[in-house]
Amino acid sequence: MRFEGTDTYVATPDLMLAVNAAITLQRPLLIKGEPGTGKTMLAEEVAGALGVPLLQWHIKSTTKAQQGLYEYDAVSRLRDSQLGDEKVKDISNYIVKGVLWQAFEQGKPSVILIDEVDKADIEFPNDLLRELDRMEFHVYETRQTVRAAVRPIVIITSNNEKELPDAFLRRCFFHYIKFPDKDTMGRIVDVHFPNLKKDLLREAMEVFFELREVPGMKKKPSTSELIDWLKLLVAEDIPPEALRSKDRKTVVPPLAGALLKNEQDVHLFERLVFMAKHNR
Amino acid sequence: MLIDFFLHLKAKKLPVSTREFLTLLEALKEHVAENSIDDFYFLARTCLVKDETHYDKFDQAFGEYFKGVTQIPGLDADIPEEWLKMMMKKHLTPEEKAKLEKLGWDKLMEEFKKRLAEQKERHAGGSKWIGTGGSSPFGHGGYHPEGIRIGGESTGNRTAIKVWENREYRNLDDTVELGTRNIKIALRRLRRFAREGAEDELDMDGTIAGTARNAGWLDIKMRPERHNKVKVLLFLDIGGSMDDHIKVCEELFSAAKSEFKHLEYFYFHNCIYDYVWKDNRRRHGERFPLWDVMHKYGEDYKVVVVGDATMSPYEILQPGGSVEYSNEEAGAVWLQRMLDTWPRAVWLNPEPERLWDYRHSIELIRTIFNSRMFPLTLAGLERAMRELNK
Ligand SMILES: Nc1ncnc2c1ncn2[C@@H]1O[C@H](COP(=O)(O)OP(=O)(O)OP(=O)(O)O)[C@@H](O)[C@H]1O
Ligand SMILES: [Mg+2]
Repeated sequence: MRFEGTDTYVATPDLMLAVNAAITLQRPLLIKGEPGTGKTMLAEEVAGALGVPLLQWHIKSTTKAQQGLYEYDAVSRLRDSQLGDEKVKDISNYIVKGVLWQAFEQGKPSVILIDEVDKADIEFPNDLLRELDRMEFHVYETRQTVRAAVRPIVIITSNNEKELPDAFLRRCFFHYIKFPDKDTMGRIVDVHFPNLKKDLLREAMEVFFELREVPGMKKKPSTSELIDWLKLLVAEDIPPEALRSKDRKTVVPPLAGALLKNEQDVHLFERLVFMAKHNR
Repeated sequence: MLIDFFLHLKAKKLPVSTREFLTLLEALKEHVAENSIDDFYFLARTCLVKDETHYDKFDQAFGEYFKGVTQIPGLDADIPEEWLKMMMKKHLTPEEKAKLEKLGWDKLMEEFKKRLAEQKERHAGGSKWIGTGGSSPFGHGGYHPEGIRIGGESTGNRTAIKVWENREYRNLDDTVELGTRNIKIALRRLRRFAREGAEDELDMDGTIAGTARNAGWLDIKMRPERHNKVKVLLFLDIGGSMDDHIKVCEELFSAAKSEFKHLEYFYFHNCIYDYVWKDNRRRHGERFPLWDVMHKYGEDYKVVVVGDATMSPYEILQPGGSVEYSNEEAGAVWLQRMLDTWPRAVWLNPEPERLWDYRHSIELIRTIFNSRMFPLTLAGLERAMRELNK
């Protein structure tokens, strides 16, 4: 099994190598990078390219490691026992399988996505060390051990909100998705809009990368914003000339709302444009 | 040869572990990388470096080891004096700084140059190895000095200067995450659990009692999960001599912000007087009288002051002693008022504990705080949290 990128996803050589290292050595791959650089999408694409199921676990601040293994729904069981339901005799009726369990029992390769691991409590990654290492865990209620016959490919994403423990990091391959350079970005856009007019692309990219350079932005526009914006430009049939201006800094580009989602950034940008106009 | 590479990375202070090195060997054995050096570079990086902020350092070390293209620039390069001054501050230990403070600049420079000569290699931390557009790290290699930030910083004798003009201090950045993990764990000692909010947890004891009372028919009781409800009020010294400690303060601030739901903070400069502020850019316009702060945030707040307590004793003892404006009442009076409101308040000092005895102002504040001053280290933080929990 080897990952070479897909028709819908542009992977740079270093990213491909990291993915293949994780596939070959069967260790988790930790992916970091600015928002919108395709971290979550990577797991989907890897699963798609390898033709294996994808099991997604989206982490929230309240997520506990145990929930990835299984949960024992004691409350339902109590209720059922009061109602005299036959089900109650078998405790396994009340064991709810988590994402890891589901992956472990596939019996064939699969991809587990643990998305935004940094959202959880700082102890969360430590609580999963053993399970990810050995790909097995014990279910106390039913006294069974769940073990993966085939080790799943584990892709973990982080937005850097919290630092991850060293013991966890040592067990992972790590890749930081650098923000795409113009070349790579051109290829990404091409994947989404194969028939985009060359001059529109060129102008749009210039506006986009200039906007990213504006100092003091709270949220720089990322790949996904660029894609959204291009979608609008195409839908509204905006001509490339509308993006071109002698001094680009003195006009707000059309439909800029798709690029700047933070109100403060919009104000900041408008102020800069306003100042540039007056200083001419 | 690869072992040497590994040791080289270690010598360059990259936090690589044996386990990760073995992973690299295993990956090579499995032919994850083809024979190209580019592939090997990517593979080594994904195995050994777990933090993108270390990528630069890794690139540099990798380049050096595999006969990178250029040499480290020697000391003969034209380095601006201001920059040397800044580097010196980084390279000397606090004791050395304290000892040298009296010698004067020339002597200091001489000492520093000697030191740099000894540490040529480490000094090269200021250069980085450039790749070409990320496609190949081996393209046009070359070193360039980086981080030359000149101006704005008064390296001189800060303590005695009376600063009347409006200085701009930057706000602490609470998005810094480096090293905050350990700080967070230490801060966790400070907790006061309470149950509030949605009832989403089974109350086992309550359910048993309820069920018994119900003659065996189930009476399920739910309750909200336990949350840390501790309320924290931070006072942060900013500017002047605190600039040397900005990193650790940002880490603390950042950790505290994410650890405590109820966190309030104010800034001050050197000593606390009749007002504090929340935004360093607008501090002359937006002041918060300390009286109001004391009334608004009652005794249930845990108060932590962060400052180096390094100033002229006048700034604590004399009315009008502030370096910034003419204060009617002495700093000591205000500090005492704070302690009347929050008797358990602690002071965290980023200066090393062993230097405290040499600074009169530290001694003064420590006395006012009844010895509840702790160094801003992990151990100190833990002691402080224990004190606050009492
Ligand atoms: N390399 C790429 N190839 C193709 N499309 C991409 C690529 N990178 C980003 N995109 C586009 O950007 C969108 C956002 O990607 P994704 O949601 O995976 O980002 P993310 O890094 O997970 O962001 P967040 O940190 O906000 O979760 C994708 O749906 C896709 O349209
Ligand atoms: Mg995502």
